[in-house]
Amino acid sequence: MANDIVKPENLVYSRTKVLTDATMHYCPGCGHGTTHRIVAEVIEELGIQGTTVGVAPVGCSVLAYNYFDVDFQEAAHGRAPALATAIKRLNPDLNVFTYQGDGDLAAIGTAETVHAANRGENITMVFVNNGIYGMTGGQMAPTTLVGMKSATTPYGRCVERNGYPLRITEMLATLPGTYYVTRQSVHTPAAVRKAKAAIKQAFLNQQNKKGLSFVEIVSNCNSGWKMTPVQANKWMEENMFPNYPIGDIKVDGKIAEGIDINRLVVDHPLSVVNK
Amino acid sequence: MAFKGQIVVDTERCKGCGVCVQHCPKQVIALSKNVNGKGYNYLETVNEDCIGCASCAIVCPDGVISVYKVKC
Repeated sequence: MANDIVKPENLVYSRTKVLTDATMHYCPGCGHGTTHRIVAEVIEELGIQGTTVGVAPVGCSVLAYNYFDVDFQEAAHGRAPALATAIKRLNPDLNVFTYQGDGDLAAIGTAETVHAANRGENITMVFVNNGIYGMTGGQMAPTTLVGMKSATTPYGRCVERNGYPLRITEMLATLPGTYYVTRQSVHTPAAVRKAKAAIKQAFLNQQNKKGLSFVEIVSNCNSGWKMTPVQANKWMEENMFPNYPIGDIKVDGKIAEGIDINRLVVDHPLSVVNK
Repeated sequence: MAFKGQIVVDTERCKGCGVCVQHCPKQVIALSKNVNGKGYNYLETVNEDCIGCASCAIVCPDGVISVYKVKC
């Protein structure tokens, strides 16, 4: 029976050719791998492999250029939006995307991110938020939740000492330059499909010269959180999602229906985690 | 109409994270007791109930699963 099914004409899903054959260095269960794969699948479906340039960050995904079979540039830490701006302005016909983590985009690169969004650069930004500095050993990031333990906040993040978690996606949605701002996740098949549709929309917006599209992927960091991959996904659902609610925040240049941006940015409801 | 599926796992690339196992609607897959060259308990199929829904392949962070499907 098995040999009757495993035939090329019956193939319904396989690893996309836009990813190289290199084995990814990410920890088992890391959302980076899934995010890489859906970005590559979108590039394949849109048929833009030859005209796409990615910009790799510093962080866990620093070696992203090894895994995508498209042209890539490596930016200085946090400066991916600035480099993407240059590439897009010099070659407006190229499809330019940045791929950044929260330490790169929301910490050292905040200025470049905010100004690229405020200028309304016609690029696609993919932002993977796992609430921790994964590569350097699990230190506190600006996106770390209140009460969350990390290498530098062993008793949990405390607002008095460490300030508030930075919700940069909501912040960028308030800027007039952004066209499409959304937050997705990649921990279940349904979530992966939605995230892929969001990334596809972000690339289409760029082709239609609409402005900056920003896709946040809330991800896990099972090594940094000291959990198994399955536990980390469950913990993410219970603790990350209340603070980083999933869904579209800005669609077609307008705040999405049902989103109260004042509630999200000004009042900043916090749910304290205990881990 | 029913579908019959079959998955092919690139066992040397599998990291044994187990994220796919909980998303299989038919409980077809499980982590093996054996390990691959890197020491990970790789993914294997444990029965013939696969319907080719590709849920496992869609959540796989390393893209190690190929899915085949036929009508029957």
